[in-house]
Amino acid sequence: MIGAGVLRGMGVTFKTLLETYPWGRAILRTLQIPVTDGIFTIPYPETKQQHPERFRYFPFLVYDGTPDNLRCVACKICEQECPPQSIHIVMEKDEQGRPVKAHGRTLPKQFDVDMSICMSCRICVDVCPFDAIEMDNEYELSASDRYEHMIFDKHKLLKSAEYFQKIKPTEAATVDQRLAAKKAKTASPTGDKPSQPSGP
Amino acid sequence: MLPPPEEIKSALEQLLPGVSLTLDAGGLIVVPNDLVAVCRCLKENERFSLDYLANLTAVDYPAEQRMDVVYHLYSMAKKHGPVTLKVKLDRNQPVVASVTPIWRGAEFQEREAYDLFGVRFEGHPDLRRILMWEGFEGHPMRKDYVVEDQDVLG
Amino acid sequence: MELKAGISPTIETQQLEVNLGPQHPSTHGVFRMIATLDGETIVKLKPVMGYLHRNHEQIGERITYIGSFPFTDRLDYFCAMSNNFGLALAIEQLGGIQASERGEYLRVIMAELTRLVNHTAVIGFLLNDMGAFGTPLLYAFREREKILDLFEAASGSRMMCNYVRPGGVREDVPEGWLERTRAIVNAFPRFLDEFEKLLTENEIVQQRCKHVGVLSKELAMNASVTGPMLRASGVNYDIRKVDGYSIYPRFTFRVPLGTVGDVYDRYYVRILEMRESLKILEQALKGIPGGPAISPKGQAIGKAPRTFRPPKGAAYGRIEAPKGELGFYLVSDGSPQPYRYHVRAPSFVNLTVLEDLCIGHKVADVIIILGSVDIVMGEVDR
Repeated sequence: MIGAGVLRGMGVTFKTLLETYPWGRAILRTLQIPVTDGIFTIPYPETKQQHPERFRYFPFLVYDGTPDNLRCVACKICEQECPPQSIHIVMEKDEQGRPVKAHGRTLPKQFDVDMSICMSCRICVDVCPFDAIEMDNEYELSASDRYEHMIFDKHKLLKSAEYFQKIKPTEAATVDQRLAAKKAKTASPTGDKPSQPSGP
Repeated sequence: MLPPPEEIKSALEQLLPGVSLTLDAGGLIVVPNDLVAVCRCLKENERFSLDYLANLTAVDYPAEQRMDVVYHLYSMAKKHGPVTLKVKLDRNQPVVASVTPIWRGAEFQEREAYDLFGVRFEGHPDLRRILMWEGFEGHPMRKDYVVEDQDVLG
Repeated sequence: MELKAGISPTIETQQLEVNLGPQHPSTHGVFRMIATLDGETIVKLKPVMGYLHRNHEQIGERITYIGSFPFTDRLDYFCAMSNNFGLALAIEQLGGIQASERGEYLRVIMAELTRLVNHTAVIGFLLNDMGAFGTPLLYAFREREKILDLFEAASGSRMMCNYVRPGGVREDVPEGWLERTRAIVNAFPRFLDEFEKLLTENEIVQQRCKHVGVLSKELAMNASVTGPMLRASGVNYDIRKVDGYSIYPRFTFRVPLGTVGDVYDRYYVRILEMRESLKILEQALKGIPGGPAISPKGQAIGKAPRTFRPPKGAAYGRIEAPKGELGFYLVSDGSPQPYRYHVRAPSFVNLTVLEDLCIGHKVADVIIILGSVDIVMGEVDR
């Protein structure tokens, strides 16, 4: 019969319609038809989607304790490896051009990430030998100005290690473990200049 | 199964007297003038029946003043492959016969190679730019093509 | 159809040139077709592309092998995982890297999930093109979204996954991920049954699709058409079977083939392919071993991309991506960057036959023929 296929198809849409209401689901259940919860959308921004822990957006810099004690040593590996070249780093130096040290480490004077170029690929995190850069899950960053608001400088990028532990507990735990192991391994805790990092 | 490259080479030399082929690690190197004959033979001979041109692209070697066109051939009927053919062309005037009459699949790929590398495929039915717009100057995939704003970051 | 082209005893007619696109909802992106019409019938059709051209290959030649991965996500943005997989295979071939066992399984699971994502979405879009506005597409997207949630949980991003690496996958899947995937894979056939009930026997769908845009077996082979489009024309050529790359030879699955090669076959082959993908997924989820998700060499490359300097040579790695043969041609000169990096994009090559498919059909048919070719402009233009 012509039209039978169309009618059967409309049966599917009708069933989906029923699935969106609690009473409809009750009817379907009494008819012993398998039911799914019919509502799949959420009323953003009133409710926000629950993102999985690994959800990544833009990178941030991790500091331990106080914002001047950042893990980054301005080694520029991430700047080099960043596929769209959105990272720009300048090392802190004194007048003679020697690297300045704080907490036994060199540090960046300038650390800019152009968020309008960044493509959230996570390669900077993968290559960082010091676990200094991590991925944030903050995504409501729309701005009206491309240069003023979308280029994040060092202060805007800095976030505490506690924040990292809060948003990504599992990953932070492994990172902390790794750092603790590294610390135990280095005999001199005063921290000489970290030698040129050679791979993992 | 597909015979090893050495055997393909000797078989082709037997079938097509006069062609000059060389074998290197990258594939079978064909002289531009022999390309159509070799391709036709590879496609039509029962033993190879390479009826499927999977990939066609060019590689630019400015230091050696040459431009390679690379063909990857497979067989859908016999499910074997690949046979890699290479044609070495003069970089200043890269001209080679089109294989579109043999494999239609080359049509867009040759247009792409023409667009991005400037290789002219003679006998192509409709050799125009495909990815860049008409009136664009230069061939952006050539190694000496200069990107306009190279030093934006300083 | 009875009217002979342009011949009428009394009225003088003229052919009309019409631009379809580039900004048109049913051209699947910024794609333009210059159609020459005789009345409503297509006489000539020239595709125009390149609006999304980013010179992906040039970018790939300026950065490390690993650095290209996030860019491949943006080729065919429906199938980021498959694109990563293709490049990873080519790099493995070039550098002689072995993948870890668990890594192989995870890659295959991801690739097959991607196939489900792509095929559901493309069928939804095809129906959208046909005029069934919204409903089938949203049903398809509902299911697609569940799988994208899986991708997000594993890789951190729904679509731009950047997950597969030479040697395995970037990081192991989180705890409980495999169970979630099993649940979704087990529930998927029910959605497919429902989807089929909605579409397969629908008379309107059949009348719009059957014997429209017929692609003959000979032309399909000659024009290097690949993927579901080739198999809908009845050519048994699936790279998963032919090359047996990765661990596909371990799984039993069949290659669905069409008989006519029309739009309907292309639609139905995709439905059947999804069912076969589910079979692979079931087997892979059952057999997945423990161990590291990436081999030591692969991990070293991922940690320090600049240390990876493959020996001089060339490699052509190809996979059966959801749209067809996705090939990566890499030439190495011994430096950390590839000397030549070429992408053989399936939907770009599949477009070769678009004109042949459309000639003689009406304008409305062109839209669904284009929908059945399944193009994504990110990949066509690169």
